[in-house]
Amino acid sequence: MIEVISDSRCVDCGICVDVCPTNVFDLSADGPPVIARQSDCQTCFMCEAYCPTDALFVAPLAGPAPTGSPLADEAALEAQNRFGEYRRWLGWGHGRTPGSRRDQNHVFTARALSPPKRAGR
Amino acid sequence: MTGGPRRRSPSVAIPAESDVLVLGGGPAGTWAALGAASRGARVTLVDKGYCGTSGSTAAAGNNLWYLPPGGPAREKAVAAREISGGYLTDRRWMFRLLDQTWDAVGQLADWGYPFPTSDDGTQRRASLQGPEYMRLMRRRVRRAGVAVIDQSPALELLVDPDGVVTGAAGLRRQHAGERWEVRAGAVILATGGCAFRSGALGLNVDTGDGALMAAELGADLSGMEFSCQYGIAPAFGAQTKGLMYQFATFTAADGTELACGLRPGGVLEVQRAALYSQVYAQLDLAEPGIRSAMRWSQPNFFLPFDKIGVDPFARRFPIRFVLEGTVRGTGGLRLVDDGCATAVPGLFAAGDAASREPVTGAVSGGGSHNGSWAIASGSWAGAAAARFASTRAGQWRTAPLAHGGGPGLRPRAARGDLRADDVVEAVQDRVLPLRHNRFRTAADLRESLTVLDALWPVVAGGLTAADGDPRSVLRTREATAMLAHARWMYRSALARPETRGMHLRDDSPQTTPAFARRIRVGGLDEVWTALDVAPPALLRTEETEETAVP
Ligand SMILES: Cc1cc2nc3c(=O)[nH]c(=O)nc-3n(C[C@H](O)[C@H](O)[C@H](O)COP(=O)(O)OP(=O)(O)OC[C@H]3O[C@@H](n4cnc5c(N)ncnc54)[C@H](O)[C@@H]3O)c2cc1C
Ligand code: SF4
Ligand code: SF4
Repeated sequence: MIEVISDSRCVDCGICVDVCPTNVFDLSADGPPVIARQSDCQTCFMCEAYCPTDALFVAPLAGPAPTGSPLADEAALEAQNRFGEYRRWLGWGHGRTPGSRRDQNHVFTARALSPPKRAGR
Repeated sequence: MTGGPRRRSPSVAIPAESDVLVLGGGPAGTWAALGAASRGARVTLVDKGYCGTSGSTAAAGNNLWYLPPGGPAREKAVAAREISGGYLTDRRWMFRLLDQTWDAVGQLADWGYPFPTSDDGTQRRASLQGPEYMRLMRRRVRRAGVAVIDQSPALELLVDPDGVVTGAAGLRRQHAGERWEVRAGAVILATGGCAFRSGALGLNVDTGDGALMAAELGADLSGMEFSCQYGIAPAFGAQTKGLMYQFATFTAADGTELACGLRPGGVLEVQRAALYSQVYAQLDLAEPGIRSAMRWSQPNFFLPFDKIGVDPFARRFPIRFVLEGTVRGTGGLRLVDDGCATAVPGLFAAGDAASREPVTGAVSGGGSHNGSWAIASGSWAGAAAARFASTRAGQWRTAPLAHGGGPGLRPRAARGDLRADDVVEAVQDRVLPLRHNRFRTAADLRESLTVLDALWPVVAGGLTAADGDPRSVLRTREATAMLAHARWMYRSALARPETRGMHLRDDSPQTTPAFARRIRVGGLDEVWTALDVAPPALLRTEETEETAVP
């Protein structure tokens, strides 16, 4: 679920409010949007993909992060370079190559259709 | 950086009238909008969330059923699917699906979708990454002149005095719940399937709203017994993409191996074990050399592991099974012609909102067929709806319109004190657990139906209203749709006293050739089922084949 909007990274553009499929955010009069309905978050990472300044962090948990969790701690996340992680994989953002150019799903769908004989282990 | 300029994308005004109105902006809805617009129709598309991020494909991505024309590949694939699909497919629909998908993916390439290129310079075009694909679709739809209205769920359909669907109504949830109404010459339902708000990847917007609206006007459904597809997720999360588990070894708590890879029988063993204890997976069958390709192919499969600091190759992790309902199931509104019309005049359906039995049969279409179906059925529905609207006599523009919506909008009795979330919880209680929905028996299905049927009059009567909160209307409609789906699903499951495809009857494990027929279902106050009289149009029939019981 969405855990963090970084005040220092956010430029108040409102894009996350527009694009969240489950309407989790509300604009605020001054400053970054607020996480108004965290319980509606479906952990789809779409807001991370669209945020132009990598200001959001969505924890990979199906429920809210426990109190004190590093997954809700901006400084800890910053130290681990966790902001903007999905966007880097997607290759979104200025000067990046779309990640889809490296998509090898055809290998995996073919392999799933005729799996190799199992090697003895 | 407070105090910076806040730039919101300008809010698009909702047209009062449109030739074609598309409800839902996933792949089915966007291809439908393009199909209608390219035939000269004025088109409006509304989405509950945001066209481009919302729905199953945007979050998950799609491998497609994508095979070149000519040569034996298609013939072979269709024949194989007939068998694996439990003899409920229709060969003509499969071939037209393959044709349409081929052409549409060619268009995506022309529009600049960044496909990967092989060493010989040819593009690999059978996989579409969700965010990239749906961002492109949004751009194309807007470029085609379609009015795209986000964050504006449809709640009900509008009908003219002859019972022809002539628009829809809903609310704008980011505009204080302001209501909208669009009058239209034809309406396309592309609202996705129903995943019972299970939390599976990207599916909480897919609550079956479209089928509810259609059923309120008398539309029927088909294949609803095939709605019990479960995705595999790490226990901590909700990421249900499955393909990478072909590299998994599944184990029980004590380390005993349960299965490896994705053989259907093997996964079933794991699911049975999960009834009684925690089960685990580890991607230990993936050679180190292939892991980078795995990551680039499905980045959001690995993202949750990276974020939480678990190496899925090196360590086993607990897993759980998350219901994906009709999204990766098969059932939905029954289509009555090649243009994807439903049984209600003026109303068309595409993508997961429609039954995919003609192309997937009794097994999941998630993983290839569904994505192609969304493209093809959307394109067909768009073209047919534009035609319907243009041939319709002009009085639809002025005819008085009636509102089709019942529960949640027009309560029959004094409102009770049950909340929408209570209803959702009660429904989830009966449909999410493997023990009820994966491993079915007549006795348990009846028990579920007793609970669910008893809820219906309460919901139709009227749930408690959180006055002034526009979201409560939407919540109520969603809860109503989920309850209706649960009842259609289990009634259909009772009507199929055999095991076929994903529908598993522990009390009738045999496949019975007499049941190589589709099952129709419909009704809200009274749910009915009927065995389709016409056998599906196959290359061969089941009688001549060995029956494979999973
Ligand atoms: C994890 C996962 C992986 C998958 N992988 C594959 C794959 O590899 N290959 C494949 O073929 N298929 C796959 N599928 C299935 C595939 O994603 C779906 O079949 C496909 O997205 C269906 O498209 P759709 O447009 O009908 O629905 P969706 O993409 O779900 O879109 C529905 C849209 O309707 C909107 N909506 C809902 N209710 C309303 C309302 N009341 N008013 C207005 N709008 C509304 C939603 O917001 C959403 O935007 C996968 C599914 C999952 C869950
Ligand atoms: S999208 Fe990012 S920068 Fe824009 S308002 Fe949201 S958090 Fe801030
Ligand atoms: S992860 Fe998805 S649902 Fe959650 S806030 Fe971000 S966009 Fe919204």
